[in-house]
Parts: sequence; structure tokens; C-alpha cells
Amino acid sequence: MFYNRTVLSNYLLLVLLFLTTITTVNAETITLYSGRSKSLIEPIIQQFEKETGIEVKVSYANTTQLAAKLRTEGEKSPASLFWAQDAGALGSVSKNKLFTKLPESILNKVPKTFRQSDGYWVATSGRARVLAYSPERITEDALPESIFELTEPKWKGKVGWAPLNASFQAFVTALRAQVGEERAEKWLRDMKENGAKAYPKNTPIIEALAAGEIDLGLPNHYYLFRFKKSDSKYPVDQVFFKANDPGNLVNIAGIGLLNSSENKETALKFIEFLLSSKAQQYFVSEVFEYPVTEGVIPNPKLLPLEELLKLVPKFNLNEMDDLEGTIKLLRRVDIL
Amino acid sequence: MIPLVYLVTKAFDVEGTILVENLFRMRNVKLFLNTLLLTVGVLILDILLATPAAWLTTHAHLRGKRVFSVLCTLPLAIPGYVMAYALLALGGNHGIIASLFGKSMPRLNGYWGSLIALSFYTSPYLFLNLRTALMGLDPNLEESARSLGYRQWRVIIHVILPQLRPAFYASGLLISLHVLGDFGVVSLMRYETFSYALFLEYNAAFDYNYAAWLGLILLGFTGCLLFLETRLLGKVLLHRAGHGTTRHRTPLPLRKWKTVGYLYLCILFFVTVGIPALTVSLWVFKGFEVSALNDLFESLIGSIGVAVPSAVCCAVLAIPFAYVSVRYSSRLSDILARIPYVVYAIPPLAFALSIIFFVGSYNTIIVLIVACILHFLAEAIGPVRSSLYQASPHLEEAARSLGCSPVQAFFRSIVPLLTPSVLTAMTLVFLATMKELPLTVLLRPVEYETLAVNVWDYTGEAMFAQAAPYALLILLSSAVFIGSLTRTE
Repeated sequence: MFYNRTVLSNYLLLVLLFLTTITTVNAETITLYSGRSKSLIEPIIQQFEKETGIEVKVSYANTTQLAAKLRTEGEKSPASLFWAQDAGALGSVSKNKLFTKLPESILNKVPKTFRQSDGYWVATSGRARVLAYSPERITEDALPESIFELTEPKWKGKVGWAPLNASFQAFVTALRAQVGEERAEKWLRDMKENGAKAYPKNTPIIEALAAGEIDLGLPNHYYLFRFKKSDSKYPVDQVFFKANDPGNLVNIAGIGLLNSSENKETALKFIEFLLSSKAQQYFVSEVFEYPVTEGVIPNPKLLPLEELLKLVPKFNLNEMDDLEGTIKLLRRVDIL
Repeated sequence: MIPLVYLVTKAFDVEGTILVENLFRMRNVKLFLNTLLLTVGVLILDILLATPAAWLTTHAHLRGKRVFSVLCTLPLAIPGYVMAYALLALGGNHGIIASLFGKSMPRLNGYWGSLIALSFYTSPYLFLNLRTALMGLDPNLEESARSLGYRQWRVIIHVILPQLRPAFYASGLLISLHVLGDFGVVSLMRYETFSYALFLEYNAAFDYNYAAWLGLILLGFTGCLLFLETRLLGKVLLHRAGHGTTRHRTPLPLRKWKTVGYLYLCILFFVTVGIPALTVSLWVFKGFEVSALNDLFESLIGSIGVAVPSAVCCAVLAIPFAYVSVRYSSRLSDILARIPYVVYAIPPLAFALSIIFFVGSYNTIIVLIVACILHFLAEAIGPVRSSLYQASPHLEEAARSLGCSPVQAFFRSIVPLLTPSVLTAMTLVFLATMKELPLTVLLRPVEYETLAVNVWDYTGEAMFAQAAPYALLILLSSAVFIGSLTRTE
């Protein structure tokens, strides 16, 4: 007696069950690689399926890992679409010539700032960088107006950032484009010198603010709303820097059509749907993101799109694909 | 072998100057030293935590030893980053301690934070390996030693500890490799180790050539550890030499120390499982929505569907590997038996990508299961090996002399002795697969859900309330699985 026989046979049954679940593909099916997490986008995908009868099979993973997977699979990829969390990953897939050019009818739905100039991908929503702070320890009028004030001695050891995070790296890329390599490098060195604390992601920055570990942080704008949703008194607030400050970068989530897509017409319908006012409204109301098309009722918790566009730094999203240079810089100043 | 080829070909794609610039930086030296410090610390703390627990649940006269064994194994079911989140949530201005006692403590962080979080969830590796070895100890040996005038402490040092060596080495290897590869814990605790460099390469940089070099360095380091282990282990012979049969051990009565024993096990459980489980349960109150439960059952089935076949296959495959290395010790067999550890040390992301590169993407669960089996085989070998050391080859010889074929002899004389260790091996692999992430995320079929993936997805978006039921279910289903295994012991 060394295995419990019934237990063993139950396990075997389970195993067999799983080996037989090999999925079938029909014509009205598209496969989507999504770097956006399931918890955020599943409702809108279900909505699309309900409206069109097209089945969307979604493979969820980290954006950069999916980009790596796509580059490894090449033209043989089972995926039709790649929906990414940031422009850098879209740029890398596009550089590997894995995207098909999108038709003008789709590109024209969004302003030029929200699409790649060659038309290989298009943004689906905007994500702003903000200054988060602890209202328990700092009053709003004492807040710095620019990222360049964060290097002052009074903030020594009090600022949190996330240098490993893709959205932070996108911000550094933008910073280099806007103020030049030298000034960007100096800012990074000064920040490090001033004892900026490195967190792995945005969420831990906000938790550290509440816990009293830091007083200021540089996260994306929407995480705080998730904390506030469950606890309206959560002791963290956030603001934008002054207009045109690099710290107000609006990063994007975007989507591209892959060459490997067997059913391009159907896949395009999905992109069109994401740019429809219904989907845009969903991103604004439920995910707390900024829309990329006009005619969306603004979320009272967010700035209206026009106001936001007045604050954002002036430069072109297409300059955002030099992630390599950013990583090199971050290495040179020993932050990474 | 395939992932190795993949790493090497990637590694040779790189420009020399850039490589030197990136690889030989002061920062990498610092990261490496940090990693070394942390590894040593975790090993020491694990020995302090797990050794008494393993002894109490095998040799001492206590009630509910089986329950305690399950409880001591459970920390393994908690994903590292969840453990870190849970420990972090204790301190700070609005932390759990502050809201319970009205006085805030600083949050754990840095070296000590990483040390505590990592030790908590890796301690079961040592606990399980030691427990198997302790159960297989021959009480006659200790009695002979005592009859020769050895005092109790000398019995422990000269008789018991040497027999536990294979268990210590095997779990020490696993724990070291975990510390080397861990990113979730150290990044949340803000302690920079070698995995920082690796994470950066795999998640930010878009070519994986430099990453391949780091992967190879990691493998080189693993190679050193393996060499050390082989040398230390040498040609140990631990089975009884004479004839006669092993008696059942009479558990040692603890008398006045009994309370201390119970107290130790309870505190260990409370600290390593209770606290994280409580914190995660508290997440539920952060605005839970019932709609999130739709996938709960599907994910549970998904997790079990990978974990059970992986656990069974690894445990079975571990037997030949362990057998060859114990019975036919030679340079070749030493190398052969350690290949699974090399595979284990390959960064999972590189491993997954190499499989996609060479095998392609198929929409079936088999690829994921095979990958898990290859990756986790190393975890299964330790316990099987240490109980093989204790099984006398004379048993097989006797069986042969009674007319059994070699295969028959093996199955009738050795396999029954291996049962507890095979079950331990299954436990280890099951738990590891339940919380596995990088392989699952990249290799799972489209729309295949597991519990661990959901925990990661929700915590990543700061939706802790929704993540909680999935995390708790990993814990619960693991407890049920380990519980059902220990019943067959």
C-alpha cells in the first residue's frame, strides 16, 4: 500500500481531462496578446464579443515579455493583435517589422500625438505621470512645481521612484528628448545623490507614501484611484507639476496589427471598437485613464483632456522609441 | 540542453566592448556581494527555523505531528512577493500594527526585510528534506552509540547530524538558487541583488544578449555550488552495514519541555503562515466585488491541472536520477544527477523563451506541463536521494538471491522504503507549481487561467481585495493536497 488508489486514479482522470482540451479555431476568432492586465480590460472585451459575435482569445502577460515572445515567434505567431501597456514595447515590435500598417480610416480617429508617425500602431488610452504626496506631512502649497526642484536638499531621502518600471523609463526617454541628454543625466545623478528611494513599481510607491517611508513619489496617475475606491480617506493625494514640466508626461497604451494575423479584417474591427466612444468611455469611467478620441464625458476625478493637453510637455511621441539610450543612461549613472 | 544552447547562441551575439562595459561594473560586484550576504543569511536563519521543527515533528512525543507537518510546509504555498507585501503591511503609519496597537513601527526593509521574507517561505525546503531524512534514521545506530558511552549531545553531533548531510546539502542548494533568482521579495524590500540586473535585462532591454551573459554567470555560480556539494558529499555511505531489521522508533518523551515544543511549532506557524494569511484576508475588506469570483473555480482547476501531473512526474523521474547518483557514484553519474539543478538555475524567462524558440507556440497545456517538470525536477531529487542513502543495497541483493530480477528487486525492496520521500518530492513540486509564474504566463494556452496568475494580475493593478480569494485558495488547496499526501504516509 503506498499510493492511495482512488486518489491516484482521480488525478489521472484530471490529467486526461486536461490533455484533451485542445482548442478549435473558427473563422470569427481573433487572438490577442495583451500586456494590459485582465482585471482592467476583460469587461470591454466581453462587450465586443457580445456586440459582434467575434470571439477574442486573449493571452495575458507582462508587456515586455509579450514583446519578447512575439520577437521569438516571428511571423509564426498565433497572435493577430498586440495590445501593449507602453510605447517602448510597441516600438520594439514595430522595429522588428512584425506589424502591418493600419488603414487611414483607423489612424484618423485619433490626434497625431496619439499614433506612430508611420502608422504601425495607435494609442488606445492615455496614462499620465503625476506627483503623489502625503497630505499628512506636506501641504499642497509647499509642493515642488517641477521635477527639477526634487533635487533640493529639503527633499533629501523623501522622494520615491521606480527606475525598473517601464513607465518611469518612458518618462526618462521623454525627459532626454525635451531637455537634452546632459541635463537629464545631471537630474538623475542629483536625484540619486539626494537619496531617492527605488521601488519596483507604482503601487509600492503609493503604499510607502501612506506608510510614512517617503513624502513624495513619481507614479502613474490611476493607481491612487484604486486605493481611494476602497478607502476614500487613503492618506495620499496627487497633483500635476506646472505646465510643460517633463514630469507631466502622458504615456500611452496602444495596439498594433501583426503580420501573422490570419484574419486581418476581423482584427481591425477590434481596433476600431477600442477607439469607439463606448470603449473610450469605459477607459475613462472605469479604468480612470485619459481618452485618445474626442466626445467622451470626462471623469470628474480626472482633468478634462483639453486641460491635460495644456499641461503635458511639448514633444513628439515618436521620439519615445529610444529606450535603449535611456537604459544606457540609467546604467551610466548607476541607477540600474 | 536546449535552453543552454539558446543562452550560449544569444550570448555570442553581443559586442565585446559593450559587454565588458555592462558586465564588469562596480555595481555588479556590489550586487553580487549583496546576493552572497543574503544567501548566507537565509541559509542560517532557515536552519534555525526548520531544524527544531523537523525534529519535533518526527522524533519527539507530541500529538498532532501530522497536522504540524502540514502547517510547517505551508509557507511554501505563499508566493514570495505576497509574503513581502504582507510583511510590509504590518509596519508604517497606517499599518496593521498601528491600527491594532495605536503605535506605528517602521516597515521592514532592506537586508533584514528580505532575509525574513525569504527565510519564511524557503524554510519548508529544509523542513521537508530534513523530515524525510529524520524519518529514515535507524534508531539502532543511536542506541549503539549510547551503549558505547556517548552522551546525548555527542550522539547528535557524531551520529545524527552526519546522516542528515545529504538533506542539508540538497535543501541548501534549492534555497540558495531561490535567493539567487528571487526578484519579488528583494525588490519590494528595496535590497538590490543580482536578480535586479537580470530583471532589468529581461524586462526593459529589448535584446536578450546581455541577459544571456548574466544567465550564464548565474549558471556558473550554480556550477560552483554543485561542485562544492559533490565534494562535500563525497562518497557517503549511510545505510546500515550489518544484518537485522530497523525497529520502529519510540518517540522521545519531552516531559517538561513539551509545552515549549508545542509553543515553538505554533509560533513558527503563526509567524510564517498566520501573519501573511491574515494580512491577505484583511485585503478582502478593501472593497471586494463578488463578480471577481467568476474565474475562481476555473483557475483552481487550471492550477491543479498543471501542478498534479508535474508533481507526479517529477517524483517518479527523481527516482532514477537519485538512484544513479547514490548507487553508481562516478564522475559521470555525479554530473548526470546534477543536470536538473542546472536546468533549475536557468532564469525561467530564458527557459520559456528558449522553448518557444525551438518548439514553437502550441495551444496545448502539455508544453507548460513538460516545462514545469523539467524546471522543478531538481526540487524532487533531494528527498528521494537522502532516503536512498539510508536504504541498504543489501536489501536488493537479498531480493536478488531470492530469485527476483534486478527490476523486481528494486520495486519490491527499495520502492516501499522510498514512499515517504516520494510523497515529499510530490509536495515540493506541487507547491512550487501552484505559485509558479513566469513559465505559466508565457507558455500557458490562450485563456488558460491559474490561481497564481490571477493573484499577480490583481496585485499588479493594486486590486488587493480581488487578489485575496485567489491567494487564499492557493493556500487552502495546497493544505488539502499536502494533508491528503501525509495521510498515505
